[in-house]
Amino acid sequence: MTESEKKKDKNSLSIDIIGLISSRLSETLQKYGKFELVLEDVIIEADELKIIVQPSMLRQAMAPAVAEEVKVIEEILMTELEEPKFEFVGKIHEVKIGSTKSEGGTRDRTLIVGGETLPPVYRLVGIEEAMPHRPIIGLDVFDMRIGLPRAVKQYVDDVMDDPAEWAKKCVDKFGAELINLHLISTDPYIKDTSPREASKVVEEVLQAVKVPITVGGSGNPEKDPEVFKAVVDVAEGERIVLNSLNLDMKLEDICEYIKNKDCVIIAFTPMDLDKARELNRKLYDYLPKERILMDTNTAGIGYGLDYGFTVMERARLNALKGDPELQQPLATGVTNALAAREAWLKMDPFWGPKEIRTPLWETLTGIINILAGADYIMTMHPLTMQTVNEIVEVLMSGKLGKAEDIMDWVSWKL
Amino acid sequence: MPWKAVSPIEVYKLLPRTNCKECGEENCMAFAVKLVNMETKLELCKPLLKESKYKESYEKLKTILSPMVREVEIKSAEKTVKIGGEYVMHRHELTYINPTPIAIDVDDSMPKEDIAKRIEFVENFEYEYIGRKLYLDLLAVRSVTNDPEKYKETVKFVSENTGLPLILCSLNPKVIEAGLSVLSDASPLVYAATKDNWKEMADVVKKHEVPVVLFSPGDLNMLVSLVNTYLELGIEDLALDPGTFTGSRGLAYTINAFTKLRWKACNEDYKLTRFPLIGTPIVAWKMINGDVQQKMWWETITATMLMTRYADLLIMHSLEGWVYLPLVMWRFNLYTDPRRPVAVTPGLRTLGSPDEKSPVFVTGNYALTYSLVSSDVESAKVNGYLLVIDTEGIAVECAVPGKKFTPDIVAETLKETGLEKMVKHRVLIIPGKAARLAGDIEDATGWRVLVGPLDSSEIGKFVFEKWKPEVLREIFGEEVL
Repeated sequence: MTESEKKKDKNSLSIDIIGLISSRLSETLQKYGKFELVLEDVIIEADELKIIVQPSMLRQAMAPAVAEEVKVIEEILMTELEEPKFEFVGKIHEVKIGSTKSEGGTRDRTLIVGGETLPPVYRLVGIEEAMPHRPIIGLDVFDMRIGLPRAVKQYVDDVMDDPAEWAKKCVDKFGAELINLHLISTDPYIKDTSPREASKVVEEVLQAVKVPITVGGSGNPEKDPEVFKAVVDVAEGERIVLNSLNLDMKLEDICEYIKNKDCVIIAFTPMDLDKARELNRKLYDYLPKERILMDTNTAGIGYGLDYGFTVMERARLNALKGDPELQQPLATGVTNALAAREAWLKMDPFWGPKEIRTPLWETLTGIINILAGADYIMTMHPLTMQTVNEIVEVLMSGKLGKAEDIMDWVSWKL
Repeated sequence: MPWKAVSPIEVYKLLPRTNCKECGEENCMAFAVKLVNMETKLELCKPLLKESKYKESYEKLKTILSPMVREVEIKSAEKTVKIGGEYVMHRHELTYINPTPIAIDVDDSMPKEDIAKRIEFVENFEYEYIGRKLYLDLLAVRSVTNDPEKYKETVKFVSENTGLPLILCSLNPKVIEAGLSVLSDASPLVYAATKDNWKEMADVVKKHEVPVVLFSPGDLNMLVSLVNTYLELGIEDLALDPGTFTGSRGLAYTINAFTKLRWKACNEDYKLTRFPLIGTPIVAWKMINGDVQQKMWWETITATMLMTRYADLLIMHSLEGWVYLPLVMWRFNLYTDPRRPVAVTPGLRTLGSPDEKSPVFVTGNYALTYSLVSSDVESAKVNGYLLVIDTEGIAVECAVPGKKFTPDIVAETLKETGLEKMVKHRVLIIPGKAARLAGDIEDATGWRVLVGPLDSSEIGKFVFEKWKPEVLREIFGEEVL
C-alpha cells in the first residue's frame, strides 16, 4: 500500500474518486463481467486503480462470470447411444443351390443364399434374421488349360487337363463347398466344343464331386444357350446354376427350355442397374424368383472395383428399400481381381513377391464385395477361398470384442 | 435427417450476388453451383466473410453446407491432413470427401535407427497409378516407456526428421503434454482420452488447442458419453475410436460399430457421432496368432474392411509395401467422385514417332487402361498409333461383356480419326481381352484384326514377334504390310 499512500499525499482527491468508482464497480462487474470507466477532466493511471480495488471484492464480483467461461465437470455425462432406426422394408429372395438324394439329386449338400432384410453388416448387430444365410464361396474350374497367374497355377497345374480331377482337387484338397465350372472351350473362337461334348464334361464333374456346381458358358450369346440346354439335360435334378443369362441372348428360347428344369440361373448385367432390372423383369416371366441370382459385374482393386462395389451396393440397398426388381441374391466373379497386374506381375522387391499379391488381391476384392452385399463369390486361389471363409465365419459369429484385449495398444512393445 | 442435396438457387440467394469474381468464378451463380457440388470452399467468398451485413447469410450458408461428419485437421509446420468432412454414408449418394489417411507407428522404446528407417519408409512410399502418385500420410508416435522425458525426446527426433503431421499416442496425459511441448507450429492429433483419463486429457488438449481422439473400446455408450462430456467442456475437435478388434476376437463388432456410428451421423443427424472415426489395424500384431506374415495379412485385411466401412484414419505397423499397395489403390477408387468416370478423351494418340507402316493398337478410355497401355508401349520403345475408343471409362475386361467396347464404336472412332490416311496397312491390334470380338470388328471396320496380348506389358514382345511382313503374311494368308 506504500505506493497508494504516496499517491494519496500527492492528490487527496483521488481517494474520493476511487471510492466513487469502487461503489459502482462491484455492481457493474456482477452485471456485465466487465466495466468501462469514463471520467472527464481526470487522469487516473491504471496501476492506481489496481491498488485501490480490494482483491477480495474483485473476486466476489468476478466469480459468476468466470464460472460461466470455464465449466468444471466432475463426472462423465452418461449418455446412451440409441440403436439406429433402419427404414428397410424389402427382403431378398432365398435361392437354393444343389439338390440332395432326398430332393431328387445326388449332391451331398444344398446351399441356400439370400433372405436378407438389412444390408450385410447389420447381421452383426445381432439381428440374426437380418441375414439368415452366410455368403458362399466357390472355386473356379475350366474345361481346358488356360493362362493363369503362376501363384494360382502352382496349385492346379497337375489337374488342368482334366476338369473332373481339377474339381475333385478343389473339393478334396482345398475344401471347396461349391465348384464354378466354366466351359470356355465352347467359344467358337477358342475350340468351338459342341454342346454335347461340353455336357459330357459336366457329367464327369458331377460324378467326380458331390458338392453343388455352377456351370458357365464362354460368354458367347449365341452359343451359350445351346450349351446350357445340353447341360441342364444331363444335370437334371441336380439344381445346378447356369452362369449366365444376359440381355444379348434370345431369352425366350432358353427360358422356355429351362423353365421346367430344376436349375438356378445367374442374370448377368454390366454394371448397370437399369439393365439389371430389365433383365430380371424379362426372366420373371418364365422363372420363379427362387431360381434367380444376379451378377452386376465386378472388377479388381484398382481396375474398376469402385464401379463394381457401388453398383452392387446400390442394387442391394434399393432391393431392401423395396425395389421388387432387384431382390435377388448377388453372385460375383471375384476372380476378375486377377486381371489387376499388381496381382501377378513381378514388381520391384519393395512391393513383395507376386505369390503374396495374387491371393491378397483376390481376397481383398472378395471381402469388399461381401461388404457390398455379395451372397456368392467365385474365386480361383485356394488361399482366397479359405481366408474369405474364415472372415465370413468371424463376421457371422457377431462376437464382441473384449476391451482389455486392446485397451493399452498404444503402449504395446511390438 | 440424411444429408440432402442443396439447390444452387438456395445457396445463390444467400450469396452477395455482386458477381465480384473474387472467388475465382465468373459470377455468384457459378460459385453457388460449385459450392453445392463440394468443389469449392465458402470461405473463398471474401465479401461474405468481411462485410457485417452478410454475417447472417454466412452463418446460414455454413449450416446448410456443413458436412455431417466434422472435418478435423492434423497439422505439421508444413502439411495439413484433413480427416472426416463426409456428407454421406454411401459414395453414390454424393461422393466421399477426404481419403482415409494412413499413419505408420514408431515408439519411444525403438532405437533411433529403427525410427529413422520407419520414417524413411513412409516418406519414400510412392506408387504411380493412372498418372497420379499414391502416398502414405502420417506418423503415429507411441509411448511404450510411459516416460515423459523419453517421449519428448522421441517426438522431437521424429519431428526433426519428417515434415509429415503426427499423431501422439499415449493414455498418460503427462506423456502427451511432454510430446506437445516440443512441437511448435503444429497441431498433432492426440490419441487418446478414455473413461479413465478424460479429465486430465481435456486440460491438456484444451491448453494446446489440439484435436483429440476419444477411445472407448467395446463400449459405444461410454464413447458417446465422452463426446457429450467433451462438447460440454467446449472441446469440439474430436475423433472417435470404438475400438478395432480383429480376427475371431471381435472383427464383427468393429465393423458393426463403425457402421452404426456413421449411420447415426449421416442418416439421423445424431450430434454425438458426427466426428471422424479412427481405426487401428495395428492391433492385428497382437490379436492375431501366427507368424509375422499372418499378422501382416490380417492387418491389411482389417484395414481394407475399415476403409470400406467408414474409417477416416488408420494407424498401422507393417513395413512391407504389399500391405499398403492394395490399400492406397482401393482408397483412390473409393474416394473417386462417382459422378465422373475416370476416363480420358477418346481419339487417336501417337506413340513415339510412327510412320505409315507402324502398328495400330485399340484400347478403351478408362484412365487406368490408357495410362498402362501407353506407358507399356513407350517403355517397349514401340512406335505406333493408339486408337482410344469411348468405353465410358470402363476397363476393357468389363467393357467387352458390358457392351461398352463394341465393333461399331471401334469402326466409328476409326473413321472419325482419319487413321486410314496415316497408315498404309489395314490391320488393327485389339486387346487380348476383346478377342471374342475379332470377327465382328473385322466386319464392322473392313480392317484385318490381330488379337494382341492379354496384358499390355506383353506389347513389346508381341510387336517384336508378330509385326513383320512375313509373320503377318502367314497369319492372314495374304500380304498386309
